[in-house]
Amino acid sequence: MGDKRSVPGAGLAKGLAVTFRTLTRRSHTQQYPDVQPKLPPRSRGVIALLEENCTVCMLCARECPDWCIYIDSHKETVEVPGAARPRQRNVLDRFAIDFSLCMYCGICVEVCPFDALYWSPEFEYAEYDIRDLLHEKDRLREWVSTVPAPPAHDPNGEPAKEVVAAQRKANGGAARVQITRPARVRPPRSSQTAAPRSAGAGSQTASPGASAENSPDQDTPPASTTD
Amino acid sequence: MPAALEVVLRVAAVMAAFLVVPLVVGQMEHKVMAHMQGRLGPMYAGGFHGWAQLIADGIKFVQKEEVVPRAADRPVFRLAPIVALVPYLVALLVIPLGPGDLVGEPLDIGLFMVLAVVGVGIVAVMMAGWASANKYSLLGALRAAAQLLGYELPFVLAAASVAMAAGTLSLPGIVEAWRPWWLLWQLPALVVFFIAGLAEIRRPPFDMPVADSELVFGYMTEYTGLRFAFFLLAEYVGIVVISALTTVLFLGGWKGPFADVELGWLWTLIKVFAVSFVIIWLRVAYPRLRADQLQRLCWLVLVPLALGQLALTAVVRLAIA
Repeated sequence: MGDKRSVPGAGLAKGLAVTFRTLTRRSHTQQYPDVQPKLPPRSRGVIALLEENCTVCMLCARECPDWCIYIDSHKETVEVPGAARPRQRNVLDRFAIDFSLCMYCGICVEVCPFDALYWSPEFEYAEYDIRDLLHEKDRLREWVSTVPAPPAHDPNGEPAKEVVAAQRKANGGAARVQITRPARVRPPRSSQTAAPRSAGAGSQTASPGASAENSPDQDTPPASTTD
Repeated sequence: MPAALEVVLRVAAVMAAFLVVPLVVGQMEHKVMAHMQGRLGPMYAGGFHGWAQLIADGIKFVQKEEVVPRAADRPVFRLAPIVALVPYLVALLVIPLGPGDLVGEPLDIGLFMVLAVVGVGIVAVMMAGWASANKYSLLGALRAAAQLLGYELPFVLAAASVAMAAGTLSLPGIVEAWRPWWLLWQLPALVVFFIAGLAEIRRPPFDMPVADSELVFGYMTEYTGLRFAFFLLAEYVGIVVISALTTVLFLGGWKGPFADVELGWLWTLIKVFAVSFVIIWLRVAYPRLRADQLQRLCWLVLVPLALGQLALTAVVRLAIA
Protein backbone atom coordinates (compact mmCIF):
# COMPACT_ATOMS: atom_id res chain seq x y z
CA MET A 1 0.00 0.00 0.00
CA GLY A 2 2.54 2.61 1.08
CA ASP A 3 4.40 3.43 -2.12
CA LYS A 4 7.21 5.90 -2.65
CA ARG A 5 4.54 8.56 -2.89
CA SER A 6 4.79 11.71 -0.84
CA VAL A 7 1.68 10.94 1.21
CA PRO A 8 0.95 7.24 1.91
CA GLY A 9 -2.81 7.26 1.27
CA ALA A 10 -2.78 9.72 -1.62
CA GLY A 11 -3.60 7.08 -4.23
CA LEU A 12 -6.49 5.74 -2.18
CA ALA A 13 -7.94 9.22 -1.72
CA LYS A 14 -7.52 9.91 -5.42
CA GLY A 15 -9.51 6.80 -6.30
CA LEU A 16 -12.34 7.90 -4.05
CA ALA A 17 -12.24 11.41 -5.48
CA VAL A 18 -12.44 10.23 -9.06
CA THR A 19 -15.42 7.97 -8.44
CA PHE A 20 -17.22 10.65 -6.45
CA ARG A 21 -16.64 13.27 -9.12
CA THR A 22 -18.05 10.91 -11.72
CA LEU A 23 -21.09 10.39 -9.49
CA THR A 24 -21.87 14.09 -9.53
CA ARG A 25 -21.66 14.38 -13.30
CA ARG A 26 -24.19 13.40 -15.91
CA SER A 27 -23.86 9.85 -17.13
CA HIS A 28 -22.94 9.13 -20.70
CA THR A 29 -25.68 6.60 -21.34
CA GLN A 30 -27.72 7.16 -24.50
CA GLN A 31 -31.26 6.01 -23.83
CA TYR A 32 -31.68 5.21 -27.46
CA PRO A 33 -35.10 3.66 -28.01
CA ASP A 34 -36.66 6.15 -25.61
CA VAL A 35 -34.65 9.18 -26.66
CA GLN A 36 -33.59 9.60 -30.27
CA PRO A 37 -29.89 10.27 -30.69
CA LYS A 38 -28.70 13.67 -31.82
CA LEU A 39 -26.94 12.81 -35.05
CA PRO A 40 -24.31 15.11 -36.48
CA PRO A 41 -25.04 16.87 -39.80
CA ARG A 42 -24.43 14.80 -42.93
CA SER A 43 -25.01 11.55 -41.06
CA ARG A 44 -25.11 8.56 -43.40
CA GLY A 45 -28.19 6.58 -42.49
CA VAL A 46 -29.89 5.49 -45.68
CA ILE A 47 -29.80 6.56 -49.31
CA ALA A 48 -32.88 8.26 -50.73
CA LEU A 49 -33.79 8.34 -54.40
CA LEU A 50 -35.56 11.26 -56.01
CA GLU A 51 -36.79 9.39 -59.04
CA GLU A 52 -37.66 12.42 -61.18
CA ASN A 53 -34.05 13.53 -61.23
CA CYS A 54 -32.71 10.18 -62.35
CA THR A 55 -31.72 9.93 -66.03
CA VAL A 56 -30.56 6.31 -65.83
CA CYS A 57 -26.99 7.38 -66.49
CA MET A 58 -25.81 4.35 -64.49
CA LEU A 59 -22.95 6.31 -62.94
CA CYS A 60 -23.92 5.31 -59.45
CA ALA A 61 -24.23 1.62 -60.32
CA ARG A 62 -20.87 1.65 -62.05
CA GLU A 63 -19.04 3.49 -59.30
CA CYS A 64 -20.52 1.43 -56.47
CA PRO A 65 -17.58 -0.49 -54.95
CA ASP A 66 -19.66 -3.50 -53.98
CA TRP A 67 -22.16 -3.43 -56.82
CA CYS A 68 -25.23 -3.10 -54.67
CA ILE A 69 -27.24 -0.82 -56.96
CA TYR A 70 -29.49 -2.49 -59.52
CA ILE A 71 -30.96 -0.38 -62.33
CA ASP A 72 -33.28 -1.45 -65.15
CA SER A 73 -34.61 0.95 -67.76
CA HIS A 74 -36.02 1.20 -71.25
CA LYS A 75 -36.09 3.90 -73.92
CA GLU A 76 -39.19 5.80 -74.88
CA THR A 77 -39.76 7.94 -77.90
CA VAL A 78 -41.12 11.35 -77.17
CA GLU A 79 -42.87 13.26 -79.95
CA VAL A 80 -42.47 16.93 -79.37
CA PRO A 81 -44.85 18.98 -81.54
CA GLY A 82 -42.89 21.31 -83.74
CA ALA A 83 -39.65 19.41 -83.42
CA ALA A 84 -37.94 18.03 -86.47
CA ARG A 85 -37.39 14.52 -85.10
CA PRO A 86 -38.85 12.51 -82.25
CA ARG A 87 -36.53 12.40 -79.25
CA GLN A 88 -35.59 9.43 -77.12
CA ARG A 89 -35.82 9.39 -73.35
CA ASN A 90 -34.73 6.91 -70.73
CA VAL A 91 -37.40 5.64 -68.38
CA LEU A 92 -36.45 4.10 -65.09
CA ASP A 93 -38.03 0.69 -64.49
CA ARG A 94 -36.18 -0.47 -61.44
CA PHE A 95 -33.83 1.17 -59.03
CA ALA A 96 -32.81 -0.90 -56.01
CA ILE A 97 -30.08 -0.61 -53.41
CA ASP A 98 -29.15 -3.70 -51.44
CA PHE A 99 -28.32 -2.34 -48.01
CA SER A 100 -27.05 -5.73 -46.92
CA LEU A 101 -24.16 -5.13 -49.31
CA CYS A 102 -23.91 -1.35 -49.11
CA MET A 103 -20.87 -0.12 -47.20
CA TYR A 104 -22.14 3.44 -46.85
CA CYS A 105 -19.20 4.96 -48.70
CA GLY A 106 -21.48 7.50 -50.34
CA ILE A 107 -19.77 7.36 -53.71
CA CYS A 108 -23.12 6.98 -55.49
CA VAL A 109 -24.46 10.13 -53.83
CA GLU A 110 -21.22 11.92 -54.63
CA VAL A 111 -21.16 10.85 -58.25
CA CYS A 112 -24.79 11.47 -59.20
CA PRO A 113 -24.75 14.41 -61.62
CA PHE A 114 -28.45 15.18 -61.32
CA ASP A 115 -28.95 15.13 -57.56
CA ALA A 116 -31.16 12.07 -57.63
CA LEU A 117 -29.49 10.42 -54.62
CA TYR A 118 -29.32 11.88 -51.15
CA TRP A 119 -28.12 10.85 -47.75
CA SER A 120 -30.84 10.57 -45.14
CA PRO A 121 -29.98 10.25 -41.44
CA GLU A 122 -32.66 7.59 -40.87
CA PHE A 123 -31.08 4.38 -39.62
CA GLU A 124 -33.93 2.34 -38.19
CA TYR A 125 -34.55 -0.07 -41.06
CA ALA A 126 -33.16 -3.29 -39.63
CA GLU A 127 -34.94 -6.43 -40.84
CA TYR A 128 -35.35 -9.98 -39.62
CA ASP A 129 -34.66 -11.31 -43.11
CA ILE A 130 -31.53 -10.09 -44.86
CA ARG A 131 -33.35 -10.14 -48.20
CA ASP A 132 -35.67 -7.41 -46.95
CA LEU A 133 -32.74 -5.03 -46.91
CA LEU A 134 -33.05 -4.75 -50.68
CA HIS A 135 -34.89 -1.44 -50.98
CA GLU A 136 -36.74 -0.99 -54.25
CA LYS A 137 -37.35 2.43 -55.71
CA ASP A 138 -40.65 3.07 -53.96
CA ARG A 139 -39.00 2.39 -50.62
CA LEU A 140 -36.05 4.56 -51.59
CA ARG A 141 -38.54 7.23 -52.57
CA GLU A 142 -40.04 7.22 -49.09
CA TRP A 143 -36.70 8.17 -47.59
CA VAL A 144 -36.69 11.45 -49.55
CA SER A 145 -39.03 13.06 -47.05
CA THR A 146 -36.48 12.45 -44.32
CA VAL A 147 -33.61 14.14 -46.13
CA PRO A 148 -32.62 17.24 -44.16
CA ALA A 149 -31.92 20.60 -45.71
CA PRO A 150 -28.26 20.92 -46.68
CA PRO A 151 -26.12 22.59 -44.04
CA ALA A 152 -25.32 26.24 -44.56
CA HIS A 153 -22.17 27.14 -46.43
CA ASP A 154 -19.06 28.02 -44.55
CA PRO A 155 -19.02 31.85 -44.60
CA ASN A 156 -15.24 31.81 -45.07
CA GLY A 157 -15.29 29.12 -47.71
CA GLU A 158 -14.82 29.41 -51.42
CA PRO A 159 -18.08 30.33 -53.21
CA ALA A 160 -19.67 27.65 -55.32
CA LYS A 161 -18.57 27.48 -58.96
CA GLU A 162 -22.14 27.99 -60.12
CA VAL A 163 -22.42 31.20 -58.15
CA VAL A 164 -19.15 32.50 -59.52
CA ALA A 165 -20.16 31.64 -63.07
CA ALA A 166 -23.57 33.26 -62.71
CA GLN A 167 -22.10 36.42 -61.26
CA ARG A 168 -19.53 36.67 -63.98
CA LYS A 169 -22.22 36.30 -66.58
CA ALA A 170 -24.30 38.98 -64.91
CA ASN A 171 -21.37 41.37 -64.81
CA GLY A 172 -20.63 41.05 -68.48
CA GLY A 173 -18.09 38.29 -68.43
CA ALA A 174 -14.80 39.98 -67.71
CA ALA A 175 -15.26 41.73 -64.38
CA ARG A 176 -13.85 39.85 -61.39
CA VAL A 177 -16.33 40.57 -58.69
CA GLN A 178 -14.85 38.27 -56.11
CA ILE A 179 -11.47 39.93 -56.02
CA THR A 180 -12.00 41.19 -52.48
CA ARG A 181 -12.51 37.65 -51.17
CA PRO A 182 -9.72 36.65 -48.80
CA ALA A 183 -7.53 33.61 -49.28
CA ARG A 184 -8.59 32.42 -52.68
CA VAL A 185 -6.73 29.22 -53.19
CA ARG A 186 -7.58 28.50 -56.76
CA PRO A 187 -8.43 30.99 -59.51
CA PRO A 188 -11.81 30.36 -61.15
CA ARG A 189 -11.46 28.06 -64.09
CA SER A 190 -11.89 29.96 -67.36
CA SER A 191 -13.68 27.27 -69.32
CA GLN A 192 -16.40 27.81 -71.87
CA THR A 193 -18.74 25.13 -70.55
CA ALA A 194 -21.96 26.63 -69.36
CA ALA A 195 -22.64 24.04 -66.68
CA PRO A 196 -19.47 23.18 -64.81
CA ARG A 197 -21.12 20.27 -63.09
CA SER A 198 -21.62 18.18 -66.21
CA ALA A 199 -18.03 18.76 -67.21
CA GLY A 200 -16.86 17.48 -63.87
CA ALA A 201 -19.04 14.42 -64.09
CA GLY A 202 -17.83 13.69 -67.59
CA SER A 203 -14.21 13.72 -66.53
CA GLN A 204 -15.00 11.33 -63.73
CA THR A 205 -16.63 8.79 -65.96
CA ALA A 206 -13.70 8.81 -68.31
CA SER A 207 -11.23 7.54 -65.77
CA PRO A 208 -12.58 4.11 -64.73
CA GLY A 209 -14.33 3.18 -67.97
CA ALA A 210 -12.10 1.93 -70.77
CA SER A 211 -14.12 3.79 -73.40
CA ALA A 212 -11.69 6.08 -75.13
CA GLU A 213 -14.32 7.90 -77.13
CA ASN A 214 -16.06 9.09 -73.96
CA SER A 215 -13.91 12.15 -73.52
CA PRO A 216 -14.83 15.12 -71.35
CA ASP A 217 -15.23 17.31 -74.42
CA GLN A 218 -18.26 15.38 -75.54
CA ASP A 219 -21.45 17.05 -74.43
CA THR A 220 -24.22 15.25 -72.54
CA PRO A 221 -22.22 12.36 -71.24
CA PRO A 222 -25.14 10.76 -69.30
CA ALA A 223 -27.02 10.04 -72.53
CA SER A 224 -24.06 8.28 -74.04
CA THR A 225 -23.65 5.87 -71.13
CA THR A 226 -27.09 4.37 -71.05
CA ASP A 227 -26.72 1.65 -73.63
CA MET B 1 -51.64 -12.04 25.90
CA PRO B 2 -50.30 -8.50 25.29
CA ALA B 3 -46.80 -9.86 25.90
CA ALA B 4 -47.21 -12.47 23.18
CA LEU B 5 -48.66 -9.85 20.85
CA GLU B 6 -45.69 -7.61 21.51
CA VAL B 7 -43.26 -10.38 20.68
CA VAL B 8 -45.08 -11.08 17.43
CA LEU B 9 -45.09 -7.39 16.59
CA ARG B 10 -41.39 -6.97 17.29
CA VAL B 11 -40.44 -10.03 15.28
CA ALA B 12 -42.62 -8.84 12.41
CA ALA B 13 -40.99 -5.41 12.51
CA VAL B 14 -37.49 -6.90 12.50
CA MET B 15 -38.50 -9.23 9.68
CA ALA B 16 -39.82 -6.29 7.67
CA ALA B 17 -36.59 -4.39 8.21
CA PHE B 18 -34.69 -7.53 7.27
CA LEU B 19 -36.53 -7.72 3.97
CA VAL B 20 -36.82 -4.04 3.08
CA VAL B 21 -33.62 -2.28 4.15
CA PRO B 22 -31.28 -4.66 2.28
CA LEU B 23 -33.32 -4.15 -0.88
CA VAL B 24 -33.01 -0.39 -0.49
CA VAL B 25 -29.27 -0.78 0.00
CA GLY B 26 -29.10 -3.10 -3.00
CA GLN B 27 -30.96 -0.62 -5.16
CA MET B 28 -28.67 2.11 -3.88
CA GLU B 29 -25.71 -0.04 -4.88
CA HIS B 30 -27.11 -0.48 -8.40
CA LYS B 31 -27.64 3.23 -8.88
CA VAL B 32 -24.61 4.61 -7.07
CA MET B 33 -22.25 2.18 -8.73
CA ALA B 34 -23.74 2.93 -12.14
CA HIS B 35 -23.44 6.68 -11.75
CA MET B 36 -19.92 6.40 -10.38
CA GLN B 37 -19.08 4.61 -13.62
CA GLY B 38 -20.89 7.14 -15.79
CA ARG B 39 -23.85 4.82 -16.43
CA LEU B 40 -27.51 5.02 -15.46
CA GLY B 41 -28.12 1.59 -13.96
CA PRO B 42 -31.56 -0.03 -14.04
CA MET B 43 -34.11 2.27 -15.67
CA TYR B 44 -37.11 0.13 -16.62
CA ALA B 45 -38.27 -2.17 -13.81
CA GLY B 46 -41.12 -0.53 -11.92
CA GLY B 47 -41.33 2.46 -14.22
CA PHE B 48 -39.51 5.16 -12.27
CA HIS B 49 -35.73 4.82 -12.60
CA GLY B 50 -35.89 1.06 -12.16
CA TRP B 51 -36.89 1.19 -8.50
CA ALA B 52 -38.26 -2.36 -8.62
CA GLN B 53 -35.19 -3.94 -10.15
CA LEU B 54 -34.34 -6.09 -7.14
CA ILE B 55 -37.95 -7.23 -6.79
CA ALA B 56 -37.90 -8.24 -10.43
CA ASP B 57 -34.62 -10.07 -9.81
CA GLY B 58 -36.20 -11.90 -6.89
CA ILE B 59 -39.17 -12.98 -8.99
CA LYS B 60 -36.79 -14.21 -11.66
CA PHE B 61 -34.80 -16.23 -9.14
CA VAL B 62 -37.95 -17.82 -7.73
CA GLN B 63 -38.96 -18.99 -11.20
CA LYS B 64 -35.62 -20.58 -11.97
CA GLU B 65 -34.99 -24.29 -11.77
CA GLU B 66 -33.05 -25.38 -8.77
CA VAL B 67 -30.13 -27.56 -9.77
CA VAL B 68 -28.13 -29.60 -7.30
CA PRO B 69 -24.96 -31.17 -8.70
CA ARG B 70 -25.03 -34.98 -8.71
CA ALA B 71 -21.87 -35.29 -6.64
CA ALA B 72 -22.98 -32.65 -4.17
CA ASP B 73 -23.75 -33.39 -0.55
CA ARG B 74 -27.43 -32.71 -0.96
CA PRO B 75 -28.67 -31.78 2.53
CA VAL B 76 -25.62 -29.67 3.35
CA PHE B 77 -25.75 -28.01 -0.04
CA ARG B 78 -29.38 -27.06 0.47
CA LEU B 79 -28.91 -25.93 4.05
CA ALA B 80 -25.95 -23.61 3.44
CA PRO B 81 -27.86 -20.54 2.14
CA ILE B 82 -30.18 -20.63 5.14
CA VAL B 83 -27.19 -20.80 7.47
CA ALA B 84 -25.74 -17.82 5.66
CA LEU B 85 -28.91 -15.79 6.01
CA VAL B 86 -30.21 -16.51 9.50
CA PRO B 87 -27.28 -15.11 11.55
CA TYR B 88 -27.81 -11.67 10.05
CA LEU B 89 -31.50 -11.83 10.87
CA VAL B 90 -30.63 -12.67 14.47
CA ALA B 91 -28.07 -9.87 14.54
CA LEU B 92 -30.67 -7.36 13.38
CA LEU B 93 -32.83 -8.41 16.32
CA VAL B 94 -30.59 -6.79 18.93
CA ILE B 95 -29.45 -3.68 17.04
CA PRO B 96 -31.25 -0.65 18.46
CA LEU B 97 -33.00 1.69 16.05
CA GLY B 98 -33.84 4.40 18.55
CA PRO B 99 -33.82 5.22 22.24
CA GLY B 100 -35.98 3.42 24.78
CA ASP B 101 -37.85 0.48 23.37
CA LEU B 102 -37.02 0.82 19.69
CA VAL B 103 -35.08 -2.42 19.51
CA GLY B 104 -36.10 -5.95 18.64
CA GLU B 105 -34.79 -7.47 21.85
CA PRO B 106 -32.71 -5.37 24.30
CA LEU B 107 -30.07 -7.90 25.26
CA ASP B 108 -27.49 -7.20 27.96
CA ILE B 109 -24.79 -9.06 26.06
CA GLY B 110 -25.98 -7.74 22.70
CA LEU B 111 -22.51 -6.94 21.37
CA PHE B 112 -21.17 -10.33 22.34
CA MET B 113 -24.09 -12.06 20.68
CA VAL B 114 -23.83 -10.03 17.47
CA LEU B 115 -20.13 -10.79 17.11
CA ALA B 116 -20.69 -14.47 17.79
CA VAL B 117 -23.58 -14.71 15.38
CA VAL B 118 -21.84 -12.83 12.55
CA GLY B 119 -18.99 -15.31 12.93
CA VAL B 120 -21.37 -18.11 11.98
CA GLY B 121 -21.31 -16.86 8.39
CA ILE B 122 -18.04 -18.67 7.82
CA VAL B 123 -19.73 -21.99 8.55
CA ALA B 124 -22.22 -21.35 5.79
CA VAL B 125 -19.43 -20.54 3.39
CA MET B 126 -17.55 -23.71 4.26
CA MET B 127 -20.72 -25.77 3.95
CA ALA B 128 -21.46 -24.31 0.53
CA GLY B 129 -17.91 -24.81 -0.68
CA TRP B 130 -17.48 -28.38 0.54
CA ALA B 131 -20.93 -29.58 -0.44
CA SER B 132 -20.82 -28.21 -3.98
CA ALA B 133 -18.32 -30.84 -5.20
CA ASN B 134 -16.69 -28.17 -7.30
CA LYS B 135 -13.04 -27.19 -7.23
CA TYR B 136 -13.76 -23.51 -7.65
CA SER B 137 -16.29 -23.60 -4.85
CA LEU B 138 -13.81 -25.35 -2.59
CA LEU B 139 -11.05 -22.88 -3.40
CA GLY B 140 -13.41 -19.99 -2.73
CA ALA B 141 -14.55 -21.48 0.55
CA LEU B 142 -11.01 -22.04 1.74
CA ARG B 143 -10.03 -18.53 0.80
CA ALA B 144 -13.07 -17.30 2.70
CA ALA B 145 -12.08 -19.41 5.72
CA ALA B 146 -8.56 -17.98 5.75
CA GLN B 147 -9.84 -14.46 5.33
CA LEU B 148 -12.62 -14.66 7.90
CA LEU B 149 -10.49 -16.34 10.54
CA GLY B 150 -7.88 -13.65 10.12
CA TYR B 151 -10.21 -10.68 10.18
CA GLU B 152 -12.30 -11.98 13.05
CA LEU B 153 -9.51 -10.92 15.41
CA PRO B 154 -9.28 -7.17 14.60
CA PHE B 155 -13.07 -7.12 14.27
CA VAL B 156 -13.56 -8.37 17.81
CA LEU B 157 -10.68 -6.33 19.25
CA ALA B 158 -12.06 -3.09 17.82
CA ALA B 159 -15.51 -3.88 19.17
CA ALA B 160 -13.98 -4.74 22.53
CA SER B 161 -12.36 -1.31 22.63
CA VAL B 162 -15.67 0.50 22.40
CA ALA B 163 -17.28 -1.92 24.85
CA MET B 164 -14.49 -1.16 27.28
CA ALA B 165 -14.98 2.57 26.78
CA ALA B 166 -18.70 2.33 27.41
CA GLY B 167 -18.36 -0.20 30.20
CA THR B 168 -21.19 -2.33 28.88
CA LEU B 169 -21.88 -5.03 26.30
CA SER B 170 -25.45 -3.89 25.69
CA LEU B 171 -25.79 -2.10 22.36
CA PRO B 172 -28.33 0.48 23.61
CA GLY B 173 -26.06 0.94 26.62
CA ILE B 174 -23.10 1.71 24.36
CA VAL B 175 -25.13 4.31 22.48
CA GLU B 176 -26.24 5.85 25.80
CA ALA B 177 -22.63 6.13 26.96
CA TRP B 178 -21.40 7.48 23.62
CA ARG B 179 -20.15 11.07 23.48
CA PRO B 180 -19.20 13.02 20.32
CA TRP B 181 -15.51 13.22 21.31
CA TRP B 182 -15.41 9.43 21.14
CA LEU B 183 -15.28 9.93 17.37
CA LEU B 184 -11.68 11.04 17.84
CA TRP B 185 -10.85 8.75 20.72
CA GLN B 186 -12.18 5.62 18.99
CA LEU B 187 -11.18 6.63 15.46
CA PRO B 188 -8.58 3.87 14.98
CA ALA B 189 -11.07 1.33 16.29
CA LEU B 190 -13.68 2.70 13.90
CA VAL B 191 -11.34 2.31 10.94
CA VAL B 192 -10.27 -1.18 11.99
CA PHE B 193 -13.84 -2.28 12.69
CA PHE B 194 -15.09 -0.95 9.38
CA ILE B 195 -12.33 -2.54 7.30
CA ALA B 196 -12.55 -5.84 9.16
CA GLY B 197 -16.33 -5.71 8.77
CA LEU B 198 -15.93 -5.29 5.01
CA ALA B 199 -13.72 -8.37 5.00
CA GLU B 200 -16.21 -10.26 7.17
CA ILE B 201 -18.99 -9.79 4.66
CA ARG B 202 -16.54 -10.41 1.78
CA ARG B 203 -17.27 -7.15 0.05
CA PRO B 204 -14.89 -5.74 -2.56
CA PRO B 205 -12.02 -4.94 -2.20
CA PHE B 206 -11.98 -8.02 0.08
CA ASP B 207 -13.87 -10.30 -2.29
CA MET B 208 -11.13 -12.86 -2.81
CA PRO B 209 -13.48 -15.76 -1.97
CA VAL B 210 -15.92 -14.89 -4.75
CA ALA B 211 -13.34 -13.39 -7.14
CA ASP B 212 -15.47 -13.82 -10.23
CA SER B 213 -12.59 -13.37 -12.65
CA GLU B 214 -10.66 -16.33 -11.30
CA LEU B 215 -13.05 -18.56 -9.31
CA VAL B 216 -16.25 -18.23 -11.40
CA PHE B 217 -18.24 -17.20 -8.33
CA GLY B 218 -16.38 -18.91 -5.49
CA TYR B 219 -18.54 -20.90 -3.11
CA MET B 220 -21.72 -19.70 -4.88
CA THR B 221 -20.74 -21.18 -8.24
CA GLU B 222 -23.09 -24.16 -8.15
CA TYR B 223 -26.09 -22.35 -6.72
CA THR B 224 -29.13 -21.40 -8.76
CA GLY B 225 -32.56 -20.01 -8.23
CA LEU B 226 -33.86 -19.15 -4.81
CA ARG B 227 -30.84 -20.43 -2.91
CA PHE B 228 -28.53 -18.24 -4.91
CA ALA B 229 -30.87 -15.34 -4.21
CA PHE B 230 -30.51 -16.15 -0.50
CA PHE B 231 -26.76 -15.77 -0.78
CA LEU B 232 -27.17 -12.45 -2.55
CA LEU B 233 -29.68 -11.30 0.04
CA ALA B 234 -27.24 -12.38 2.75
CA GLU B 235 -24.62 -10.14 1.17
CA TYR B 236 -26.91 -7.12 1.27
CA VAL B 237 -28.14 -7.88 4.79
CA GLY B 238 -24.48 -8.18 5.69
CA ILE B 239 -23.92 -4.62 4.46
CA VAL B 240 -26.84 -3.45 6.56
CA VAL B 241 -25.61 -5.30 9.67
CA ILE B 242 -22.05 -4.02 9.36
CA SER B 243 -23.29 -0.47 8.72
CA ALA B 244 -25.68 -0.67 11.66
CA LEU B 245 -22.99 -2.04 13.96
CA THR B 246 -20.56 0.69 12.91
CA THR B 247 -23.30 3.24 13.51
CA VAL B 248 -24.26 1.90 16.90
CA LEU B 249 -20.75 1.29 18.20
CA PHE B 250 -18.82 4.23 16.81
CA LEU B 251 -21.11 6.86 15.31
CA GLY B 252 -23.48 7.34 18.21
CA GLY B 253 -26.50 5.42 16.94
CA TRP B 254 -29.63 7.47 17.46
CA LYS B 255 -27.80 10.54 18.71
CA GLY B 256 -28.14 13.42 16.29
CA PRO B 257 -27.81 17.19 16.28
CA PHE B 258 -31.27 17.62 17.85
CA ALA B 259 -34.40 15.77 18.97
CA ASP B 260 -32.63 12.52 19.86
CA VAL B 261 -35.73 11.06 21.50
CA GLU B 262 -38.25 11.87 18.78
CA LEU B 263 -36.08 11.49 15.70
CA GLY B 264 -33.63 8.89 16.98
CA TRP B 265 -34.73 6.29 14.45
CA LEU B 266 -34.16 8.78 11.65
CA TRP B 267 -30.60 9.57 12.74
CA THR B 268 -29.84 5.86 12.98
CA LEU B 269 -31.22 5.20 9.50
CA ILE B 270 -29.36 8.16 8.00
CA LYS B 271 -26.10 6.96 9.51
CA VAL B 272 -26.70 3.37 8.39
CA PHE B 273 -27.33 4.46 4.82
CA ALA B 274 -24.34 6.79 4.88
CA VAL B 275 -22.05 3.96 5.97
CA SER B 276 -23.64 1.70 3.36
CA PHE B 277 -22.88 4.35 0.77
CA VAL B 278 -19.24 4.32 1.81
CA ILE B 279 -19.19 0.51 1.50
CA ILE B 280 -20.53 0.79 -2.05
CA TRP B 281 -18.14 3.62 -2.80
CA LEU B 282 -15.16 1.52 -1.74
CA ARG B 283 -16.36 -1.27 -3.98
CA VAL B 284 -16.36 1.02 -7.00
CA ALA B 285 -13.09 2.73 -6.23
CA TYR B 286 -10.71 -0.07 -5.29
CA PRO B 287 -9.49 -3.22 -7.00
CA ARG B 288 -9.47 -6.58 -5.27
CA LEU B 289 -6.70 -7.38 -2.79
CA ARG B 290 -4.51 -10.39 -3.44
CA ALA B 291 -4.45 -13.16 -0.84
CA ASP B 292 -1.05 -12.16 0.54
CA GLN B 293 -1.98 -8.45 0.60
CA LEU B 294 -5.16 -9.40 2.41
CA GLN B 295 -3.33 -11.28 5.15
CA ARG B 296 -0.60 -8.65 5.38
CA LEU B 297 -3.15 -5.89 5.88
CA CYS B 298 -4.88 -7.90 8.56
CA TRP B 299 -1.93 -9.08 10.62
CA LEU B 300 0.55 -6.24 10.14
CA VAL B 301 -1.81 -3.26 10.14
CA LEU B 302 -5.21 -3.96 11.59
CA VAL B 303 -4.32 -6.25 14.50
CA PRO B 304 -1.52 -4.00 15.88
CA LEU B 305 -3.76 -0.96 15.38
CA ALA B 306 -6.60 -2.64 17.27
CA LEU B 307 -4.31 -3.68 20.09
CA GLY B 308 -2.92 -0.17 20.35
CA GLN B 309 -6.43 1.23 20.42
CA LEU B 310 -7.32 -1.21 23.17
CA ALA B 311 -4.40 0.02 25.26
CA LEU B 312 -5.30 3.65 24.57
CA THR B 313 -8.91 3.02 25.54
CA ALA B 314 -7.82 1.40 28.78
CA VAL B 315 -5.51 4.31 29.66
CA VAL B 316 -8.08 7.01 28.90
CA ARG B 317 -10.78 5.06 30.68
CA LEU B 318 -8.66 4.77 33.82
CA ALA B 319 -7.71 8.45 33.61
CA ILE B 320 -11.37 9.49 33.46
CA ALA B 321 -12.37 7.21 36.30
